[in-house]
Amino acid sequence: MRKPFAITLDPGSSLANHTGSWRTLRPEYLDRLPPCNNACPAGENIQAWLFHAESGDYEAAWRSLAQDNPMPAVMGRVCYHPCEGACNRAHLDSSVGINSVEHFLGDEALKRGWKFDPPAPPTGRKVLVVGAGPSGLSAAYHLARLGHAVEIHEAGPMAGGMMRFGIPKYRLPREVLDGEVQRILDLGVVLKVNAKVDDVMATMKAGGFDAVFLAVGAHIAKRAYIPANEAAKIMDAVQVLRGMEGESKPLLGRRVVVYGGGNTAIDVARTARRLGAEEAMIVYRRTREKMPAHDFEVQDALEEGVLIKWLSTIKEAGEGAITVEKMALDEKGVPQPTGEFEKLEADSVVLALGQDVDLSLLDRVPGMRIEGGVVEVGPNMMTSQPGIFAGGDMVPAERTVTVAIGHGKKAARHIDAWLRGEAHDPGPKHELATFDKLNTWYYSDASKTVRPMLDLQKRVTSFDEVVMALDETTALFEARRCLSCGNCFECDNCYGVCPDNAVVKLGPGNRFRFNYDYCKGCGVCAAECPCGAIRMVPEQI
Amino acid sequence: MSFQPVKFYQTGTFTVGNRLLPDNERSVQSTVRRTNSLNSGHRACQGCGEALGARYAIDAAMEVTNGQLIAANATGCLEVFSTPYPETSWQIPWVHSLFGNTAAVATGIAAALRVKGRSETRVVAQGGDGGTTDIGFGCLSGMFERNDDVLYICYDNGGYMNTGVQRSSATPPAARTATTAAVGPTPGNPFGQGKDLPAIAMAHNIPYVATATVSELRDLEAKVRRAMEFRGARYLHILVPCPLGWGHDSSLTIRMARLAHESGIFPVFEAENGEVTGVSKIRRQVPVEEYLKPQKRYAHLFAPRPREDVIRRIQEAADRNIRRYRLLEEA
Amino acid sequence: MLKQIEGSKAVAEAVALCRPEVICAYPISPQTHIVEGLGEMVKSGELAPCEFINVESEFAAMSVAIGASAAGARAYTATASQGLLFMAEAVFNAAGMGLPIVMTVANRAIGAPINIWNDHTDSMSQRDCGWIQLFAETNQEALDLHIQAFRLAEELSLPVMVCMDGFILTHAYERVDMPTQAQVDAFLPPFQPRQVLDPQEPVSMGAMVGPEAFTEVRYLAHVKQMQALDLIPGWAAEFRQAFGRDSGGLVHAYRTEDADTVVVALGSVLGTIKDTVDALRDKGHKFGVLGITCFRPWPTVAIREALAGAKRVIVLEKAFGVGLGGIVSSNVRTTSNAADSVFTVIAGLGGRPITRDSLARVFLEVEAGTAPALTFLDLNRAAVDRALARERESRRSGPIAEALLKDIGLVTAQLR
Repeated sequence: MRKPFAITLDPGSSLANHTGSWRTLRPEYLDRLPPCNNACPAGENIQAWLFHAESGDYEAAWRSLAQDNPMPAVMGRVCYHPCEGACNRAHLDSSVGINSVEHFLGDEALKRGWKFDPPAPPTGRKVLVVGAGPSGLSAAYHLARLGHAVEIHEAGPMAGGMMRFGIPKYRLPREVLDGEVQRILDLGVVLKVNAKVDDVMATMKAGGFDAVFLAVGAHIAKRAYIPANEAAKIMDAVQVLRGMEGESKPLLGRRVVVYGGGNTAIDVARTARRLGAEEAMIVYRRTREKMPAHDFEVQDALEEGVLIKWLSTIKEAGEGAITVEKMALDEKGVPQPTGEFEKLEADSVVLALGQDVDLSLLDRVPGMRIEGGVVEVGPNMMTSQPGIFAGGDMVPAERTVTVAIGHGKKAARHIDAWLRGEAHDPGPKHELATFDKLNTWYYSDASKTVRPMLDLQKRVTSFDEVVMALDETTALFEARRCLSCGNCFECDNCYGVCPDNAVVKLGPGNRFRFNYDYCKGCGVCAAECPCGAIRMVPEQI
Repeated sequence: MSFQPVKFYQTGTFTVGNRLLPDNERSVQSTVRRTNSLNSGHRACQGCGEALGARYAIDAAMEVTNGQLIAANATGCLEVFSTPYPETSWQIPWVHSLFGNTAAVATGIAAALRVKGRSETRVVAQGGDGGTTDIGFGCLSGMFERNDDVLYICYDNGGYMNTGVQRSSATPPAARTATTAAVGPTPGNPFGQGKDLPAIAMAHNIPYVATATVSELRDLEAKVRRAMEFRGARYLHILVPCPLGWGHDSSLTIRMARLAHESGIFPVFEAENGEVTGVSKIRRQVPVEEYLKPQKRYAHLFAPRPREDVIRRIQEAADRNIRRYRLLEEA
Repeated sequence: MLKQIEGSKAVAEAVALCRPEVICAYPISPQTHIVEGLGEMVKSGELAPCEFINVESEFAAMSVAIGASAAGARAYTATASQGLLFMAEAVFNAAGMGLPIVMTVANRAIGAPINIWNDHTDSMSQRDCGWIQLFAETNQEALDLHIQAFRLAEELSLPVMVCMDGFILTHAYERVDMPTQAQVDAFLPPFQPRQVLDPQEPVSMGAMVGPEAFTEVRYLAHVKQMQALDLIPGWAAEFRQAFGRDSGGLVHAYRTEDADTVVVALGSVLGTIKDTVDALRDKGHKFGVLGITCFRPWPTVAIREALAGAKRVIVLEKAFGVGLGGIVSSNVRTTSNAADSVFTVIAGLGGRPITRDSLARVFLEVEAGTAPALTFLDLNRAAVDRALARERESRRSGPIAEALLKDIGLVTAQLR
C-alpha cells in the first residue's frame, strides 16, 4: 500500500522507541525467604515443595522435601511445626496446614514406595554415626547421598531413638517409622544395633573412620528428690515410654500421677489413660500459660480425660497416695510454696522432669568441651576435637525431632566439606518475605483444612493414631492455600499488569524477565506482585 | 456475572494468570499469544492506567474476533501517546479522526463492513472520558440510538489529562484539576449532578453496557467477550487511574482502581438491554478515605484542616452506589 | 435519457448511478431533497448494496463518511450553510486524511441573521480546507460533476465538494440528460482505496505529526490538489466523448476572444450574466464571460490565459470577505496580468435576485471607468445610512437586521 506520508503509519513501529531510558527505578526479580522456611529447624524449603504439591505433583513435592528431610511421614506427625507459627497466611485467615501436607506426602511416599534419588559416586570416605535417632539417621542419609560410606552404631536394639522410645504409638505408628528408617538404610547405610560406643576414639580407629557424628541423645531421666516411703511406686518417663516398646507394658495402676509440664509429661499421661488408668493426673508447679508443653497437646490430653493439677509440687509420696503443696506465682512469675497441702490418691508417680545425656563415650577424648551436661559445638557442628561432630539432644538446643534432623543435615554438609579440606558455606540468607511485602488482595479466601481426629472413645482405649492424614483433595486444597511468600509462583501478574509490555514470559517453570528496553520503572509490577518477588532498586546513571 | 471466580485455587482467579488453571480458563493477558495490540514503545506516562486498560480490552477483543478488529480512536492521551509520527504502537487497523466524532467514525466503519459483507470484522471505538462524556457525547448517543454495531470503550480517568489535567464532566466532586483549583472556600470540583454515562447508555436500551476497572482483569476480559457476543451498540466504561492527574505514585495505578471499586466509589456491573444483570461484589470494603488519601487531587481534604464534611458527602455517594447496585454480599 | 426533473432529484439519481456504498445525511435546507431521494432509493432496494444512515448532526455525517471511506467504502453526503460549518472540523479532517469523500453543498447563506436562501458564503468559508471544490452552472452540470467528482476524488485520494446553488438549482425543475448505469460504470471504475483499514494489513491512520513533518504533509496536500489541474481537462474531454456534452473542466470561457471586459463568476448566475453580456454585445460593448468550474484547486494558468486579452475584469461573486471585499476577486488578482483593473461586484447575498438590468448597469459603469473597485449590487443605501445614523445616535440601537427589515417594510408586508 502506498500510504499517505506521515499521517499513516506501519503497525507496531513504536518498538523503535526505547522508553527504558525514562527509568529511575528498576524492577528486579528476587527470591525472598519465606517465613516458614526461615522458621523450619530442619531447614526445609517448604514453599518450594508446596509449589509442587499445588500442581498435584506429589512425587516432585516429596523429592523436593526429601532434599532436606528424609523422614516426612515422621515429621508430618511429630513436628511441632514452627513453620505454621510463622506463616504469613495467619494474618489473613489461618496459617497453611504445612504439617498436614507433609504428613500426606510422607504417607504417599510410603504407600507408593518412592525411593530416594541415588547417591553421588562413592568418595571413598568413611563416616561413623553414633546413635540411630533422628539426628543420626538424618546425618547418615545426607552423608550417604553425598557418596560417603556410613555406618551407624546404635546402643539400643532398634533404630529410631526417641522417635521410638519417647513418642507414643498413637502419635507415631511404628510401621511409619520403620518404613522411613528402611528407606535410609536402602541407600547403603550400615546399621549396627546393640552396638554401644564406649570410646569413640577407639571405635573410629578400629573401623577406619575419617570422621564421626555423635548423636547419642538424652536418655537418662532427671530425678527430683521426693521423700517417699518404700511402698511408693516412683518411675520415670523414659522408663515408662521405653517400656511401651517391650513385651510387657509398664504397670501403672488405676491412678497415675505424672510430675512435670513438658510434652513428655503429656505423652506419659495419655499413655497411662490408654493403658487403662482411670485417672491420669499431671502435677505441675506453674500455670497452663507457663507450661512448656504445646497447648494443642495439652488440649488433646484434656479431651482424653487427663487431669492437670496446676500450681502444685509433690512434697511426699507414700503408698497409694501423695501429698502436694499448692504454689503461688510471685510477681516475677516464679512459683513459691504456700504451705497449703493436699493429699491425692496415686498408685504410681511418673517423673517427667527432663533427660540428661550419657557422655561416657567421650571420656577418653582429650580437650572435649562440655558445658551443662551437653557437648559444645561450633557453628559447623564440630566439637573441639577435629573430625568429631555432634548434634541432636546432646548439644545445646531445643530438644525436638525436627531440630535433631536439622542438626543431622547441617553436620553432614560440614563433615562433607571438612573431609575435602574445605569449609561449607551455606551462603547468605535471603531477606525475609514479611507480610508487608505481599499484596494479599490476590489471594482468595480459603480457611484451613483440619486433619480428622480419631473419635474420643477409641483414643482412650487404643494406641491407634489420633491425628489422621488429609486425603488427596484436602491436601491439595491445603497446599494451594500457600501464599508462596517471596517466591514467584508464575501467577502472570507482572506479565499482565505492565503498561509497557516490558515483561517477558519465559514459559512454565522458567518465570519471567524484564525487558529493560521498554520498562519505564513505574513499579506497578512490584506493587501488584502477590508474593513480593519483585523489588524496585534505584537506577544507576 | 459472565465471570465466575474459580474457588479454592491457590490464588482464586484474581491474579492475571494461574498456572493451575487449564489453558482455556486463563486470561488473555496471561498468555504469550496475546496480541499486544498496543505495543511497547508508546509514550504513556509511567504507570498509565489507560495504556493498560486499552491493551486489556483490545487484546481481549482481538482474541474473541480472531484478529478481525478495527478500532477508531478519539483524540486524547491514548491517541497522542500511541501514534506520534513516525511510530505507532498499534498492531491493529486503527484510525484517529477527531476528538468528538469517534462513535460516528466507528459507525461509518461498521457501515462499510456491512455493505461489503464482512460481518466477521468487528469495530471498536475508544476514547477518554472527555471524548466520551463531553465533546463526543452527541455522536455517541446517536450511535447508541441507531444501535450501530460498535463496541464503544470509554477509558475514564476523570479529566482532560492530555491537555494538562482539566475538568471534564467525569471529574469527581472535590477533585482538584487545573480548572477546578484547590483554593477558596470550596476547593476542587463542585458537587454537581454528575453524568452517569453507563446509566445514560442503559437508558438507550442498547444490548450491552458494562463497567470495569484495570484492577479486575478477568472481569474486564469477560465483559469484552460478552460484549462481542452481541450485535448492535455496546458500551464498556473502564476506570483507568492516571498517576499524573490523580497525583498518586505510578506504582499504585491498579491499587487505586481496586480501592475505587472496594470503596463503592466506582460500581462495577453489567447490564443487558437496559437491565442490570450482574455486579462485581466488594470483597474487602474500605472507607473512601483509603481511596482518597493517596491522591494529591484530594490533598485539600486532609490538610491544612481535615474536611470531614466533604469526605462524608463522598462516602454518602459511595454508599448510595453500594445500595443501588447491591455491591456487598448479603449476609 | 432526457428527464424533466428537479435539480436535487437529478443529483440524487446521478449519485446513485455512482454506486455509493455509504450515504449519511442530516437534513438542512436546501439540501434535503437530494438525500431524501437517495434515502428512498436505498430503502426500496433500488440502490444496493448501500447503507443510508440518518445521523444526528452534520458533524456526525462527515464523521460517518470518514469512517466509511477509511474502511474502503465509497462514501457520500450532502449539506449546506450552517451544516457545513457545523461539520467544518471534520471537513478539514477528511481532507487531511486524504479520504475520497464526495459531498454536495447546496449553497446557502450563513447566519446570523439566519437566512435559508442562496449565496456562496458556506462553500467559500471552506475554500482552504483541502477539498477540491467544483461549482455547477446548471442542473445538468451538477449531475455530471458528481460523476466526475467520484473519479477525481478516488484517483487523487482527496475529497471533492460539488457546489450547486441552493433553490436556484436544487429546487429548479429542468430538463436533464440522465446517463445510463452502463455509461457511468464505464467512466467511473470501482473504488480502489489508496489506504484502507484492513485486519489483513493493519495500519494506523491519522497519526499525530509534529513540526518535523507537518510542513511536508501540508505541502503534499497542495501538490496532490494541484494534480487535479492536470487531470480535470482530460477527463472533461473524455466525458464529452462518452456522454456527448461539455461538463466540468476547469473554466468555461464565453465570448472572451475579443472581449475588453471579462466578467468572472461561479455557479448558476453565469446564465444571467451570459444573457446580459449577449445584450451588451448587441449594443457593441465588448464583454465576455469566464465561468470558473474548478475553484479549488485554483486554475491559475487557465484563468490567466482566458483573461490575457482583457483590459478589465469584473468578478461577480456571491460571498465576500468581511473587512476585505471579494474572495474570488482576491484570487483573480493573484492571477491576472491586469490586477489593477479587477473590479468586484458582490451580488445575490442571502438570495437577493440578480437582475440583468442591474448587471448591465454595473458592467457599463466599469467599462466607463466610473465604478468603484468594490460594488454591492442593488445595495439599499438609504436603509444602510439610517442604520448607521441610529448607531451614532443611540448606544442601545438594537439589532441591525430587524431594524433594517422594519425600514424596508418587509416585516409588515409579510405579516399581511
